[in-house]
Amino acid sequence: MSTTETKQAIRQDGKVVKDTLLDIRNLKTYYPVKGGFLKRTVGHVKAVDNISFEIKKGETLGLVGESGCGKSTTGRTILRLLKPTEGQIIFDGKDITNITGAELRKARRDFQMVFQDPYASLNPTQSVGSIISEPIRNFEKRNKEELKEEVLELLSRVGLPPEAYDKYGHEFSGGQRQRIGIARALALKPKLIIADEPVSALDVSVQSQVLNLLKELQGEFDLTYLFIAHDLSVVKHMSDRIGVMYLGNMVEIASNESLYAEPLHPYTQALISAIPEADPKKKKERIVLQGDVPSPQNPPTGCAFHTRCPMAKEECSKVKPVLKEVKPGHQVACILY
Amino acid sequence: MARLTSVQNDTPLLEIKDLQTGFKIGKKYYNAVEKVSFKVDRRRIVGIVGESGCGKSVMSLSIMQLLPKGIGEIRGGEIKFEGRNIEKLSEREMNKMRGKDISMIFQEPMTALNPVFTIGYQLEEVLLNHENISKKEARLKSIALLKSVGIPRPDKIVDEYPHQLSGGMRQRVMISIAIACQPKLLIADEPTTALDVTVQAQILELLKDIQEVNDMSIIMITHDLGVVAEICDEVIVMYAGKIVERTDVETLFYDPKHPYTRLLMGAIPKMDEKKEKLETIEGLVPSIQKMPQDGCRFANRCPKAMPECFTITPLLAEDELGHEVACILYDNSRQVERVGER
Repeated sequence: MSTTETKQAIRQDGKVVKDTLLDIRNLKTYYPVKGGFLKRTVGHVKAVDNISFEIKKGETLGLVGESGCGKSTTGRTILRLLKPTEGQIIFDGKDITNITGAELRKARRDFQMVFQDPYASLNPTQSVGSIISEPIRNFEKRNKEELKEEVLELLSRVGLPPEAYDKYGHEFSGGQRQRIGIARALALKPKLIIADEPVSALDVSVQSQVLNLLKELQGEFDLTYLFIAHDLSVVKHMSDRIGVMYLGNMVEIASNESLYAEPLHPYTQALISAIPEADPKKKKERIVLQGDVPSPQNPPTGCAFHTRCPMAKEECSKVKPVLKEVKPGHQVACILY
Repeated sequence: MARLTSVQNDTPLLEIKDLQTGFKIGKKYYNAVEKVSFKVDRRRIVGIVGESGCGKSVMSLSIMQLLPKGIGEIRGGEIKFEGRNIEKLSEREMNKMRGKDISMIFQEPMTALNPVFTIGYQLEEVLLNHENISKKEARLKSIALLKSVGIPRPDKIVDEYPHQLSGGMRQRVMISIAIACQPKLLIADEPTTALDVTVQAQILELLKDIQEVNDMSIIMITHDLGVVAEICDEVIVMYAGKIVERTDVETLFYDPKHPYTRLLMGAIPKMDEKKEKLETIEGLVPSIQKMPQDGCRFANRCPKAMPECFTITPLLAEDELGHEVACILYDNSRQVERVGER
């Protein structure tokens, strides 16, 4: 692609990207469904179905939604761990949608990931020192002493003792493992960190330690986060702006305050009202949604949410709403607005 | 402040006294539940909260006597159900109680249901075991039960297999099996942890309804304080195998006393406040083999720990409102000093 050579990438709609670290345009990621005797592709799971958003430098964008809404697939597609079916991913002014091989490898040092399961994301046969230094060894030439020094520095930064260097993943608790995962993600001083449910496997008291650490590091290393989680209160605590996803679609994006103060999309309203709050006196009006999330292989026509929407009208099943700005910085995809 | 209502001259539904449950590691037993006492009155929802490894699940397995054979064992104490000791009942006698008097629902509905039998078969099994009814009646009752827990098309679902249902639907099926014989006590071990928030809201609503209709008590085991605030009447907070605090739900949220409970409350991000930093608890829960024998088990992580905390084992002491705390800061003897501090 020629756009990768120009200094500033140009979006498909002709706009030039500025101050934006990540710009996602009409991204689609479909998984093929194989079936029958010959394992032919019989359909597609539309995990991410045409979403667009951007993340400014130094900002945290939270992505929330229930299981199967495509939030993790979005994260993985941005990292190019999955191949996008359609659309454009512009990272730091460079179109990375279709780059491959050495070019992709080079680009990847700028975006790293923190995974959900701290038990599965550390190689059990590698020492912690080796796990954290691996990204550095991959990209830079260092002698042994320098490398060790750098790793020790990272360890202390994430709150682990220097003795951790020679230990193995299984010797640590969940929270400590997550710190190791964070140190590994930080090793190359990336610009963007995608954190996919980084605290959902942790206990409350440990969860708060990791959240605090992520916030501290953001200021210190000038990081931009894409923070993916299903827990709305955690996302609210961490994010500047929040995107709500449902069945592969982005239904609402707004600033943190605006989304909670005035959720516009019926799904967001239901989602916020469903969170049990740690306050027994606050018995809030609850919108209890009926039924379950439909299958993304065969999503409903029109608005994907219309089958469960308490405010659905007839045209909701026909017209697919697009995301539009109804208030400054507050976008929603619903025909009510 | 709501006073704890105790039913006078009525035996509590469940009474646990000095329960000790141990696990065998190597040749030695280590107690995962250490001298825990509490009771559950009729028609109450009692929450047990705590982080992983605090012994909350082991306690529920002890009540049901579902501890892994040869590894876990009740090592002391009493479990009384309607005044009758059940901790030493034989397997046969326990089988008569399980499902009929006490039932349990689990966190992962997929692993709790048998994948090779239909939903109907699994429901009928419970009914035929405990009630003197014909197969035909059992089937009709199963369909009615599925309907009562909000399963759409119950007459079709009854012939389906667990894998054909979604997580929320499976949990509804689990609940319908658990309440099939109208037990007096339902133990729910993290029933909504594996579910999405909107589905969690449905299930909590359902549990509340069933509790009222069936007049039963629920022990709700969870790590989520939001769930506790939502449906519980009373709360027990556990840490490292012991109860650290027990009171009614409002008092717990508005006037938590134990330093552990207070920190736990500060550690959860809240929807309506903006905080730069969350409260954290330094350190880790000591492992079961390295549990301190003397002193308070929370002392090494407690920001308010005093030298005595490492030597004096605090007992669960009740104040005049029925609020129980196990911390020497709140011992009756120290009450005066504490008032003076304020």
